[in-house]
Amino acid sequence: MNYIVGVFKQPCVISVKFADGDTRKQATVKKETGQSVELPVFSSKDTISGEVHIVPAYGKKIDHLGVKIELFGQIGLSLDRGYDFTSLVRELDIPGEIYQHKVYPFEFSAVEMPYESYNGARVKLRYVLRVTVGRNFPSNIIHDSEFWVRNTSPPPEKINPIKMEVGIEDCLHIEFEYSKDKYHLTDVVIGKIYFLLVRIKIKHMELEIRRRESTGSGANTIVETETLAKFELMDGAPVRGESIPIRLFLKNYDLTPTYRNINNKFSVKYFFNLVLVDEEDRRYFKQQEVTMYRLDP
Amino acid sequence: MQNSIPDGFPSTNDQEKLLADALALVQHHAFYMHRALDNNNLQDALKFSAQMLGELRTSKLSPQKYYELYMKTFDELRMLEVFFKEETKRGCTNAYLYEEVQHAGNVLPRLYLLCTVGSVYIRSKEAPAKEVLKDLVEMCRGIQHPVRGLFLRSYLSQISKDKLTDAASEFEGEGGTVVDAVEFVLQNFTEMNKLWVRMQHQGPAKEKEKREKERSELRDLVGKNLHVLSQLEGVDLDMYRDIVLPRVLEQVVNCKDELAQYYLMDCIIQVFPDEYHLQTLDTLLGACSQLQPSVDVKTVMSQLMDRLSVYAASAPEVLAEFSQVEAFSKLSEAVIKVIEVQQDMPLVGAVCLHVALLTFTLRVHADRLDYVDQVLGACVKKLNGVGKVNDSKATKQIITLLSAPLEKYNNVVTVLNLTNYPKIMEHLDYGTNKIMAVVIIQSIMKNGTFIMEADKVEALFQLLKELVQDSDGSPTLDELDEEDFMEEQNLVARLVQMLTNEDNDEMFKILITAKKHFQKGGSKRLGYSLPPLVFSALKLVRRLQEQDKNNEVDKVTFSPQEQGSSTEADEANISPQKVFQFLLQTVDSLSAVPAPELALRLYLQCAEAANDCDLEPIAYEFFTQAFVTYEEEISDSKAQVTSIHLIVGTLQRMHVFGVENRDTLTHKATGYSAKLLKKPDQCRAVYVCSHLFWIEDEGGVQDGERVLLCLKRALRIANAAQQMASVTKGSGGPVTLFVEILNKYLYYFEHGNQHITNAVIQGLIELIVTEMQSENTTQDPTVDAFFASTLRYIRFQKQKGDGVAERYAAIEV
Repeated sequence: MNYIVGVFKQPCVISVKFADGDTRKQATVKKETGQSVELPVFSSKDTISGEVHIVPAYGKKIDHLGVKIELFGQIGLSLDRGYDFTSLVRELDIPGEIYQHKVYPFEFSAVEMPYESYNGARVKLRYVLRVTVGRNFPSNIIHDSEFWVRNTSPPPEKINPIKMEVGIEDCLHIEFEYSKDKYHLTDVVIGKIYFLLVRIKIKHMELEIRRRESTGSGANTIVETETLAKFELMDGAPVRGESIPIRLFLKNYDLTPTYRNINNKFSVKYFFNLVLVDEEDRRYFKQQEVTMYRLDP
Repeated sequence: MQNSIPDGFPSTNDQEKLLADALALVQHHAFYMHRALDNNNLQDALKFSAQMLGELRTSKLSPQKYYELYMKTFDELRMLEVFFKEETKRGCTNAYLYEEVQHAGNVLPRLYLLCTVGSVYIRSKEAPAKEVLKDLVEMCRGIQHPVRGLFLRSYLSQISKDKLTDAASEFEGEGGTVVDAVEFVLQNFTEMNKLWVRMQHQGPAKEKEKREKERSELRDLVGKNLHVLSQLEGVDLDMYRDIVLPRVLEQVVNCKDELAQYYLMDCIIQVFPDEYHLQTLDTLLGACSQLQPSVDVKTVMSQLMDRLSVYAASAPEVLAEFSQVEAFSKLSEAVIKVIEVQQDMPLVGAVCLHVALLTFTLRVHADRLDYVDQVLGACVKKLNGVGKVNDSKATKQIITLLSAPLEKYNNVVTVLNLTNYPKIMEHLDYGTNKIMAVVIIQSIMKNGTFIMEADKVEALFQLLKELVQDSDGSPTLDELDEEDFMEEQNLVARLVQMLTNEDNDEMFKILITAKKHFQKGGSKRLGYSLPPLVFSALKLVRRLQEQDKNNEVDKVTFSPQEQGSSTEADEANISPQKVFQFLLQTVDSLSAVPAPELALRLYLQCAEAANDCDLEPIAYEFFTQAFVTYEEEISDSKAQVTSIHLIVGTLQRMHVFGVENRDTLTHKATGYSAKLLKKPDQCRAVYVCSHLFWIEDEGGVQDGERVLLCLKRALRIANAAQQMASVTKGSGGPVTLFVEILNKYLYYFEHGNQHITNAVIQGLIELIVTEMQSENTTQDPTVDAFFASTLRYIRFQKQKGDGVAERYAAIEV
């Protein structure tokens, strides 16, 4: 499908058509405006090819100083303008005039796209194809067409279960267990919580999935934490000896793999947070980092 | 997040409102759910159903109201289930659905949905039933809130009921075996019971009672699991014994909760077949002694024994099983153990247990009297530590305990064989013992049980002690209610009749035993108890005599003199003489009462019996005693009159006396007659005495002269009476006497007493006529009628035309 940006009073309509646009997988991405858009999905080393269509407005001709298409990856933090980490350019046309619908094929073969697209709270990592019709006056006609990148990774070599015993002395003592410390995005979390000592009146217990996004470094590090899921595990007050099962399907949540220090700009980490709430609404919790990865489909 | 209310549930009014609100919301969400179902929109259906089920997350409703809410959602879930089923036909896999519903964020709706899909999943057989069930029952652990958990698991139980991998079920085989089914139900049961028990700790202590009541309302949710277990075809005896029962009992014992233990034990006993109980008695009874002290074990065990005894009665071949598994000894041991372990058990509980055990024994081993005695013995042991029982409830139970063998055997004699029976009675207080004694006698009467051995009689009187004699702790006789006392003593008197044996020796022993006991009873009782005893002895006498006669027939060759000795040879121990001696002593003791009139009558009865036995000295002795009694003790004039008539009547019939003895006695009797206080009485007594000299029987005395003398004397007295009356009252008295005397005259006249001539009669008639016409004679129509009919009789005799008529001819009327 084409992504068309029609700008009013623009002298022409520019669109980019991917070569396998009809069959390519789409990702649903939420924009800042709140709308969801569907974007084609690519992976690193994919060849990105297609056609650029330029349709001048009826009865108009465009004088240009050349047409080019750029592919760039950009990390945008909410405060600064963004930082490009990849940039490739293909010249499509020499300066001249466009009278009518013109089609330019393009191809970026085996593009290195080491980072995944990411739409976080403060950080955005995006890949854009930018078509520029160069002009002196008025200014250049620019058309951005975003696409989405997902990189799968091989299954981790070693997956360990998480087992832990935590407690508050003479008050609450539990043992919990998650089957793994690394999950792929459509994985299932299996586990259980074993109550060794219960002296508080627990009302319920839930498992939260939290995402921690950190930007900057050193003293300037800014951390943004988001709770992506709240999954009630237990209703009511258990007694000593009870064990409560956990089974949580991850695929329904909008998760990404864990990103560690992407281009020295940011990191995204995931945590399981086990929360017990007592009758006075006090919360007792234990947070555990888990690694997320994207499995070959 | 729902707010749990730590201070219990809101009031009833609020409850109604809360329920109404919740129901409305369920309705609301259900509406959208239906719409989603109609549109085949799975995601929306799940979303709205989860919202609907969210209403079940409330903590504010009481269990009863919560149940209503549950039922409402239950109906809705049925529709959802149908939808899921159709969804799978449209190509959605069960596995997908099973996963899909698990995305619900709240655990309660999630699990309800999971169970609903699970039900469809199992039915489709796309996954082995056992796996799905196992998963469901595991996942349900997420609900730890007692009420919500109970209902959820109840839902699970409900939807899985027809999908268990029971033997011969369609889900068996690849789906699993009956072991899996049992495992599933047991696990659900265990978890439900835990939740149920935990309920009592929710909320403040002051509302504990209310909470226990609410908890009690939920018990059937838990018990249903046991019912499901009992319905499993595949659970045979072995599996029941090795898996089901131990697991269930483990849970019951370990939960340490009074309400649960009682209810569940009862459930176990009620839902599983008796045959299983019989074969697992050890285990079952072992658990009984491990229950909490506050549990009403006695009722539980009673129920068990009750069921077993009904089972035993169902078919005769079953009985063999009972003895094979030694049901009795196991039960009795268990009873003893339970009593031992539960120190705090009130006495009534212990006795109740024994009652139950006894009932069981009587029903199952009615032939084993030793068992029955053993049970009583155990009870005695328990009672020994207690002394007299003062607790009214316990007393009541002891009465039940003691009555049971009576009712069962309908035969006191059997009961008398129970050595522990009297020992138990010793522990009862006076009043109760008396009641018990009455019960015993009534049983004897009702069933017509004859007590035929002296030692049995002895034993019986041990039981009846309180009735027969005064004992420690009894109130003095004055304190007793007169009527009650009379009733009781009458009962005792009636009892005497039942003490009987065909064998004379034994019978005599019985009498002696009875007398021994009666004599301890004090004067007040003797009046009641001795007369029947006397008559019973007299009956014996007559029987002896009957035998003598038979012997006579057999041994015609013997002379009458020898006959006596031969009888004695036959009846080495017993002879009429001996019985009479016994009688003499017996009646004699009545003098102590004092009941002279009664004694007199009895003496006379005895005398008559002696007469029939041709025992002159004895008869004479009895008469002597009668006279002595009369002289010394009967002072009331009316009583004297009656006595004289009795004496005369009896004496008249005596044929055993020789002339001398007879003369002495008749003389005495006439003498007494003349000494009566009132003239009319004197008169009557005297003319009655005339009969003593005129015996119609063959060989009887017929002394006409003395008859006449008597009558004349009577006349004289009548005259005197007449005069006295006119002096004292101013009017003539009893012409009656004259008419009566006239009748006597006529009697003797007819019977050929030569001394009674027609002239005399004629004279008397005239006298009467004159008297009646006399002015100062009071007119009395009855006397007139009496006289008129007498005259009519004479006329009638005259017309008869036989020998008598000839004699009458001379009399003119």
